[in-house]
Amino acid sequence: MFDSLSDRFDGIFTRLRGKGSLTAADVDEVLREIRLALLEADVNLTVVKSMLGRIREQAVGEDLSKALNPALQVKKIVLEQLTETLGGETLRIAYASKPPTVILMAGLQGSGKTTNSAKLARWFRAQGRNPLLVGADLQRPAAVAQLRTLADQVGVPVYSAPDDVVAGGQGDPVDVARGAVEEARRLGRDVVIVDTAGRLAIDAELMEQVRQISAEVSPDYTFLVIDAMTGQDAVTVAESFHSTLGLDAVILTKLDGDARGGAALSVKEVVGRPIAFASTGEKLDDFDLFHPDRLAGRILGEGDLATLIEKAEQAFEQEEAEEAAARLLEGTFTFDDFLDQMQAIKKMGPISGVMAMLPGIPKEVRDVEIEDSHIARIEGIIHSMTPAERIKPDIIDNSRRDRIARGSGQSASDVSQLVSQFKQMRQMMQQMGGNRFAKKKAKKAKKGKKGGGRVTPKGAAKIDKKAFALPTREEMEARLPQGGGFGGGLPGGPSGGFGSNG
Amino acid sequence: MSSPLILIAIGIVLIAVAAAAVLLTHSDGKGEALDPPESRRVGTALKDRPVTSYPSDSASDDSSAGGLLVEDAPTDSPDLGVPDGDADGDLLERDRIDEEFERIIEEERPTFSGRLGRLRGVFSGYVGSILSRSSIDEETWEELEEAMLRADVGVNVTTELLESLRADVKKRGLTTPQELLDALKVEMKSRLAGPTELRFAAEKPTIWLFVGVNGVGKTTTIGKVGRRLTDDGLTVTMAAGDTFRAAAAEQLGTWAERCGADLVRGAEGGDPSSVIFDAVASAAASGKDVVLADTAGRLHTKGNLMEELAKVRRVADKGAGEVTEVLLVIDAVTGQNGLEQARKFAESTAVTGVVLTKLDGSAKGGVVLPIRSELDIPIKLVGLGESALQLVDFDADAFVEALFESVD
Repeated sequence: MFDSLSDRFDGIFTRLRGKGSLTAADVDEVLREIRLALLEADVNLTVVKSMLGRIREQAVGEDLSKALNPALQVKKIVLEQLTETLGGETLRIAYASKPPTVILMAGLQGSGKTTNSAKLARWFRAQGRNPLLVGADLQRPAAVAQLRTLADQVGVPVYSAPDDVVAGGQGDPVDVARGAVEEARRLGRDVVIVDTAGRLAIDAELMEQVRQISAEVSPDYTFLVIDAMTGQDAVTVAESFHSTLGLDAVILTKLDGDARGGAALSVKEVVGRPIAFASTGEKLDDFDLFHPDRLAGRILGEGDLATLIEKAEQAFEQEEAEEAAARLLEGTFTFDDFLDQMQAIKKMGPISGVMAMLPGIPKEVRDVEIEDSHIARIEGIIHSMTPAERIKPDIIDNSRRDRIARGSGQSASDVSQLVSQFKQMRQMMQQMGGNRFAKKKAKKAKKGKKGGGRVTPKGAAKIDKKAFALPTREEMEARLPQGGGFGGGLPGGPSGGFGSNG
Repeated sequence: MSSPLILIAIGIVLIAVAAAAVLLTHSDGKGEALDPPESRRVGTALKDRPVTSYPSDSASDDSSAGGLLVEDAPTDSPDLGVPDGDADGDLLERDRIDEEFERIIEEERPTFSGRLGRLRGVFSGYVGSILSRSSIDEETWEELEEAMLRADVGVNVTTELLESLRADVKKRGLTTPQELLDALKVEMKSRLAGPTELRFAAEKPTIWLFVGVNGVGKTTTIGKVGRRLTDDGLTVTMAAGDTFRAAAAEQLGTWAERCGADLVRGAEGGDPSSVIFDAVASAAASGKDVVLADTAGRLHTKGNLMEELAKVRRVADKGAGEVTEVLLVIDAVTGQNGLEQARKFAESTAVTGVVLTKLDGSAKGGVVLPIRSELDIPIKLVGLGESALQLVDFDADAFVEALFESVD
């Protein structure tokens, strides 16, 4: 895995700590690390250079030497710059006054046009629209068949050339696109999504073809579908599609991998069009509006708390989660709570994915591979406990331990390890919950109930900010017993605590 | 047993969740603002589809049948599309294929360097500037670095290469930019060189497995490899192991038909291991030489899917024949994530080589350098164009030369 920008900064700022002021050379060193982080995230070199220029300007203006924590200060500047570059104007779909609203999907081969056409159709349906999908990819074998299958799943009709024409490779995508718009009018479909064949940006012939399709249907919106894993070439691709078609927005796909997605930044900077949607999984509902602040953190390897919170909201029963959280922080968390909460966490996707969204997680912890099978084993052990044991793990003596081990098919040492770790975890949580956090919760809860009401996008943004204001890594560290960083500060586990990643 | 860190990690997740819970009260309905309401039942929309849609195609029919389907090569199955459905399809079919490949058959199978023309330009701008100077100065080094970063070679390998080059300059007393470039080329070539040969099993059938993330061109690559093999007079069975992506089997079927290979497919959403196992059995029974096994694209970060792939690999080896190649397909447009992809796929399936696709675009595919030098996985094949003949053996010398070549 790449180091996050925090990891990179750690080294520099430890060395710089105690220095009264930052020299120009110090700032250069910091900028070099930022440069590396951006390049590793696949941000285009040209874009990196202009970003660095802006960051330098701001960093110099802020007089870092006076900052209490220069590392945080610089990170904030970088995040702000990234968010600003990525964000800015957001896309608001203005539906055509004379329907249908036509949307053209363009991109390289394999970027995910067909899948995302269907996802977009699903999104429009959810907005109360009646989309029509158009299979204008007559190039790739079975592309239309793929679109039909996906369209079935989202309940949207497909218009394309007849099957035998498609199979024979005789169809003309320009004809199909033209026919589709007429068909949509006839059927009263108010959104038309045209899936086109993937093409290389430098293939003049095919670029001319997509230009013709565009000229034929005069799309209200042209979306460039681009893979989050794209490297330096993203800029060339975006530029040439933009000059041929005039892009309106970008759809960023395959964000569910571990690619940093620097390509999005490059594209945004080069064509100046917003990233409207992001696709974050294989399921058709893994598709949503794009949030620039979240990607900014990700490009720097800093986690994505906002998405986490949103996922948590969907996965957890509010009351129950709140109670569990309170018990966790009070130290009265039981194995039963643990089981319940695990069920909810599982709904949020693989644990490792959830972890990746958390900011300020030490590298050692973040790199732990948590397979679902591990969790299944833990659950197996807990299931073999009596209710009393689950509430009060202290009563587990050797004979109880052996019984649990037999019941769950795990070894006795596995059981004792789990129990002792559970206690440690409980203790750690309690320390963290301590005073401030619990109080904050009470206060918020009260406010929230009074407030209620409608939530505007603006309101949501405010909440995101608050989320980032929750305990930072530094605060967590401060709360831990032995001080020296999150990892070292933990009470050593039976098999040696942190670092011994067994 | 589980890592001692797991509980801690879970604990941290729980804290975050606690944080989320705290915020929940404050943000009722926020989910709705960001997330569209659940869409209505699918069924209702199906009514208004007189348009052109044909809801259930062959794929879903198969899934209801559940079983495996072996389609013989010169199939006249309608959905795999002989253009005008003529009865004596065999001859016509060949005609169509010939037509399709005519424009390239006219030429010889293209050479690697001949096709790499478009790669020129990245380095060449820098090369021109570097060569225009009389000596090696700081700017020279910067320009070299930029050229490599822009080709997606990545920070680590670029730094490494340039450092060893600096040492070289001192040791061997290189003075001119030309000598410097030559030294860099030699170094890059030696790093990239490796065996490109695709190995065959001692006993038939040979099994080659194709893996990779979504959208890199696995199915297309199989089609092209199939074409190469059948051109060489070998018999091929294609296994439609991508049971996830809609219509993936149809796509492979079209290729199988084009190059006269058998196709073995299972139910959509079925178990890929069993499809491939059955394909191997079928190939063994009919004395086929090679089984080309497709798999569903998957992100290397998905533990369960990677485990599934490891199982596919194990099961494929269980029957007759032997898996002699596991080819990781990587899109040339891929950035630094390509290295992580290679690492994870190698862990789960012991990758034997890389196929670099879509190198005919403007992307340079420089990520093969770190893949080759950090993971020691050889690059075996390169896709230089849409047609089957444009899948060629990787040639490190030509690849590097093409990167540096100036535009004439």
